[in-house]
Amino acid sequence: MAEVKQLVKGLADQHGRTMESLLPILQGIVHQEQHISEDAMVEVARELNISAAQVYGTATFYSFLHTKPLGKYVIRVCKTITCMMHGKNQVIKELESVLKINLGETTHDGKFTLLETNCLGQCHKGPAMLINDEPYTELTPEKVREIIMKYKHQEISAN
Amino acid sequence: MSDKINLKIDNIAVSIKSGATILEAAKKVNIRIPTLCYHEDLCVAGNCRVCVVEQVGSDRLLPACAMPVNEGMEINTNSMKVRNARKQIVELLVSEHRADCTRCYKNGKCELQELSSEYIVGENGFIDLVAHKGYTIDNFSPSIIKDDSKCIRCQRCVRTCDQLQSISALTVAHKGEHMKVSSFFDKPMFEVVCTNCGQCVNRCPTGALTEKTYLDEVWSALNSDTKHTVVQTAPAVRIALGEALGMPPGEIVTGKMVSALRRLGFNSVLDTDFTADLTIIEEGNELLQRLKKVVKEKDDSVKLPLTTSCSPGWVKFIEHAFPELLPNVSTAKSPQQMFGALVKTFYAKKIEVKPENIVSVSIMPCTAKKYEADRPEMRSSGFKDVDYVLTTRELALMIKQAGIDFASLPDDEYDSIMGESSGAAVIFGATGGVMEAALRTAYEVVTGREVPFDGLNILPVRGMENIRAVSIKIENVLPEWDFLEGVELKTCVAHGLSNAKQVMEAVRDGKADYHFIEIMACPGGCLGGGGQPIPTSPAIRKKRSEAIYNEDELKPIRKSHENPEVIHLYEEFLKEPLGEVSHQLLHTHYTERNRY
Repeated sequence: MAEVKQLVKGLADQHGRTMESLLPILQGIVHQEQHISEDAMVEVARELNISAAQVYGTATFYSFLHTKPLGKYVIRVCKTITCMMHGKNQVIKELESVLKINLGETTHDGKFTLLETNCLGQCHKGPAMLINDEPYTELTPEKVREIIMKYKHQEISAN
Repeated sequence: MSDKINLKIDNIAVSIKSGATILEAAKKVNIRIPTLCYHEDLCVAGNCRVCVVEQVGSDRLLPACAMPVNEGMEINTNSMKVRNARKQIVELLVSEHRADCTRCYKNGKCELQELSSEYIVGENGFIDLVAHKGYTIDNFSPSIIKDDSKCIRCQRCVRTCDQLQSISALTVAHKGEHMKVSSFFDKPMFEVVCTNCGQCVNRCPTGALTEKTYLDEVWSALNSDTKHTVVQTAPAVRIALGEALGMPPGEIVTGKMVSALRRLGFNSVLDTDFTADLTIIEEGNELLQRLKKVVKEKDDSVKLPLTTSCSPGWVKFIEHAFPELLPNVSTAKSPQQMFGALVKTFYAKKIEVKPENIVSVSIMPCTAKKYEADRPEMRSSGFKDVDYVLTTRELALMIKQAGIDFASLPDDEYDSIMGESSGAAVIFGATGGVMEAALRTAYEVVTGREVPFDGLNILPVRGMENIRAVSIKIENVLPEWDFLEGVELKTCVAHGLSNAKQVMEAVRDGKADYHFIEIMACPGGCLGGGGQPIPTSPAIRKKRSEAIYNEDELKPIRKSHENPEVIHLYEEFLKEPLGEVSHQLLHTHYTERNRY
């Protein structure tokens, strides 16, 4: 709690305490903590002298501002029409079976979260997905399996 | 350049000031354009599109509520295109709305229902999406029920909570098809900063936000042979109840209301105004005592300004927003709770009924009063002091259910012992009223003379201006109060919590040197309360306010300390203001609450 307070205060000092500062502060929190907790939102509200509900409203509007804890690797599959026509549903099915979770869930070990997102701007190379900040395009179920295995091996060797 | 704009609406020429909207121009020539998200008290949102009209020469339909008039404009409000568009908009809204109308509390009073009936929205317009939406109902609060399945996302509530009350307990969360009106993390209203003021309830066009009703409980009590039912009626109910029963705004229906309550079966019909007078005695003395400690004894531990405490929405607001200023709030309970505490002690003894057999009901213009009655502190009689709180609207519904023809009822009088009141108590229902009542008494206590205003009417504290600061010079005091000689008593009146916030920020930052502040959570004071008949607007509140001051003028007794029943209560039971019994029954304490 004290840490969050410190983090939010620092961000408010940096970005200011007006309504326009809200978004950069929220982005700052996501950058540090990956998601914006209830405590963090209350602190932001306190710093900017607005209601916590207003902070929540803004945070829930944006796909990349998370209000729930996520896994270490966040997989975002583009859900728009072009990617869908290129087989995004099969890609998601494969991800669900490899990770043993449903769309929107996080694996029990806290490593992977599977989400959909709006257009990633890779329509010419769909289906596309992001794992954290890394884009992957022209996906097929086979390709997705390989990518996830690579991350899993990386995790095993890191331990 | 003339600042008048000339245009034609449905071929009728209109001339209106520049900057006005098409909606306003249409109103001027008595053309009604339907609206849903629009509300006179709030900023324009333009999000429901029900008010679309056609401009000749343009393909697009324009939202009448948001579109300013232009010179030479020709508007059609009733073309085929407009009617088709409106019907489709209503159909789309209904497709996401749980149209469970026959079982809805707002049945017959719902703006969406009215529009659906006007446009004959059939059954097969669009696929009914309600089953796929996963809507939830929040009924944990003792005051307000939030049913998302009835919400059409017009955001009147969001704008009310933000603009009028500066609270923003409700906001718009998520986006697109998932967009919803939500509290912080979608927590129950009970857990967040909501003050239960009910202003959102007053403005919700559908049944998405309603008060929690206690009608069944009250009917059971009325039909019980073993229970003695006592009812009290707040000052602002008598000038608004008529509106919910087909009368025009501003009608005083005190006598008819008393008749109706007897007909409903209440055993004792009493008046909250009685304890409003009592509040003035207790709170007025508290003010004078604080002044004495601060001015004469230079006691730092005593806080000024003193603020009123009768508005439960205001009390919960300050508990959340300015906990450091809680020592400034008068410890006097609100008239409702003073009444409750006395009914199950003093009154019970008088009528020789055991307090456990009394069911104490109050009729309030307020939804926050339901929460107040539920507070754990409000059990000083050893029982729940006020068992059930009904809004003005709920009472109107009971009268209808009982088949009473309200307009033809004869006038009746309140029962005695706790039924007498002064004009000072009646004006509690209007912003500035508590201040005026307190001044009428306090000035006389200190100087031995009446307040130096014509006919006791302290006009500067009246009106609808947001924040009113008034100073009164105290001169030629009685010897006992010599330390107040020449003191300029600085007072301030604010209504609506956004104005309250401004005043309290000034107090907190040391930028205001008031002695006494009156704050009412609702615009206009209790007469504009969240439990009052719907609709509300500046014009309606003005009418109600006029009625309240008329009722004051008509009262033979105009000052709280001259109420004979209050004098008798002190002689027989309380002994003295701020005395031991008062402290036990009539005063309370406050709790710091989560800031957000």
